Amino acid sequence: MADRHSDPDLAPGMVVTRHRWPTRVWHWLNALTVFVMLMSGLMIFNAHPRLYWGRYGANFDHAWLQIGADSRGGFVNVEGLRVPTTGVLGQWHDRSGAVQTRAFPWWATIPSHYDLAGSRRWHLAFAWLLVVPGLLYWLWSFARGHFCRDLLPRAAELRPSHVWQDVKDHARLRFPTGAAALRYNILQKLSYFGVIFVALPLLVLTGLMMSPGMDAALPWLLALMGGRQSARSIHFVCAVAIAAFIAVHILMVLLAGPRNELRSIVTGRYRLPGRRA
Amino acid sequence: MTLVSRRTLMTGSAGLLLAGCDRINSSPSVTHTLDLAEGLAYRTQRLIVGREALAPEYGVGDLSPVFRSNGNALPRSPIWQGLAASGFRDWRLRVDGLVRRRLALSHGQLRALPRRTQITRHDCVEGWSAIGQWTGVQLSLVLALAGLARDARYIVFHCFDDFSGTPYYESIDLVDAFHPQTILAYGLNGKPLPIQNGAPLRLRVERQLGYKHAKFLDRIEAVASLKDIAGGKGGFWEDVTGYEWYAGI
Repeated sequence: MADRHSDPDLAPGMVVTRHRWPTRVWHWLNALTVFVMLMSGLMIFNAHPRLYWGRYGANFDHAWLQIGADSRGGFVNVEGLRVPTTGVLGQWHDRSGAVQTRAFPWWATIPSHYDLAGSRRWHLAFAWLLVVPGLLYWLWSFARGHFCRDLLPRAAELRPSHVWQDVKDHARLRFPTGAAALRYNILQKLSYFGVIFVALPLLVLTGLMMSPGMDAALPWLLALMGGRQSARSIHFVCAVAIAAFIAVHILMVLLAGPRNELRSIVTGRYRLPGRRA
Repeated sequence: MTLVSRRTLMTGSAGLLLAGCDRINSSPSVTHTLDLAEGLAYRTQRLIVGREALAPEYGVGDLSPVFRSNGNALPRSPIWQGLAASGFRDWRLRVDGLVRRRLALSHGQLRALPRRTQITRHDCVEGWSAIGQWTGVQLSLVLALAGLARDARYIVFHCFDDFSGTPYYESIDLVDAFHPQTILAYGLNGKPLPIQNGAPLRLRVERQLGYKHAKFLDRIEAVASLKDIAGGKGGFWEDVTGYEWYAGI
C-alpha cells in the first residue's frame, strides 16, 4: 500500500477508509470481552485480595498489596503504605445498603454478589474469546503489514525530544489535521503496541501459569515469571494497565471528536480533521 | 442539579446493566454455554500436557513457613473422632467399586508400600499457594493391588468430613489417578499428616487445584460414571457451588 500519510491529495474534510474490517471486528469483540475479563477477574481477586511475589503466598506470608477492612474502614495497603478507601475498596455499601467488606465493590464485578465459581466460569470462558481472535489478529496484522506500517515505533520517533514534543501536543490537545491524522503519533503507537504486544500477551501467559495443569506442561515459563504468585501479581498489574489504557483511550476519543472516531471504528470511514477553533 | 441527575442516571444505568449481567449469570442456558469452556480446557490440557508431565517440584528452601489449612480442619463425624482417639489404629482405607479385589488397608500396610516424597505447590481456587513436602504411596500402586475392572473410568474419594451434613467427596479421571505424583499422603513436612491437613490420609493430585485434594479419606471407589454419586457432578464443591470438575486451570 502506498504511504497516504504525506499524500498531497488528501485534504481536511475528505472521508477516507481508516480501519480495516479485522481491526473493527476485533475492537468491538474486545470491547465486550475485556470488560467481562476485567470485571470477573476482580471478583476472582475478591476471593483472596492479597498479592505476593515468588513461588508461594498465603495468609501468613508477606503480601505486597492487600485490599481489606479494619476498624478504621476499607483500605489498600501497598508495601506498608495504608491508603483509606472506605466506600470504594475494602468496605462499601451493596445495593440494599448493607455494609460489605470484600475488596472490589458490586458495581465493578461479575457477578455483582460474591460468587467465585460464577466469576471463574465467565473468566475462563471469555478467555478463549480473548486469546483465539487475538492470535488471529496478530497473524493478520503481521501478514498484512499493519504491525510494521502503523504500530511499530520508528527510531526517529523514539528520540526523547520527539516523544516530549508529542507529550506537549497531547497536553495542549493539539491534534494532527489532514492526512497526518491517519498516522499514529508516538504516544498512540507506544500504547497500542504496549497493549497488543506486551500487556495482552503477558496477561494471557501469566493467566496460563496460574493453571496447575499448564505449569506441568511449561515449567520453564513459570520459572521465567518468578513463580505462580509472581505470575498472579503480574496478571493483576497488567489488568490495571489495560483498565488505565481504556480510560485514556475513551477520553482521547471524546476529545478528538467522538462522532468521527466512532464512525471510523464502526464503518471504517474517517473524515480527515481540519484545524479547530 | 445537573450533576446529581447525571450521577443518578449513571448509577441507575450501571445498576440496570449489572442487574442484567446477574440475570444472565443465573440463566441456566448461559451457565451451560459457559460450562462448555470447562470441557474445552479439560480436553485441551489432556491434548497438550503430557500424561506423565510432572508438576514443578521444589527444594526444601522453598517450603512455606506455615502451610495454610483450608476447608474442614476437624471432622465432626463420630466414627472419625473415635478412630482419631485411638491414633487411627483401627482405621482402614477401603478400596471398592469396579475392582477385582476389594481392599481394606491399615496405616501400617500403606506405610509398608514403596513411598514417594515430593515438595509441591498447593494452589487454592481462591488464589493463594503454599509449598509443602508430602510423603505417601502412589495411588497407582494401590489401584494395582485392587485391580481395576475394564469399565472403571473415574476414581472417587469418600471423606469423613462434611459441610452442614453433606459429606465431602471428590473424583479424578484415570490419567490423573495413574500419574506418578498422585499420592495418598500420610506425611507433611517430615511429620505425620496433621489433623487440619487431612489425617490420617489425603489425596495429592498435583496438577489440579486444592479442592480436588480430598482430605480425611475413608473409602476409594472405582466407578464408570459420576452421575449417580451425590449431586452427580463429581465432587462436593462441584455439586454445591459449581466449581469446575476439571480443576487443572
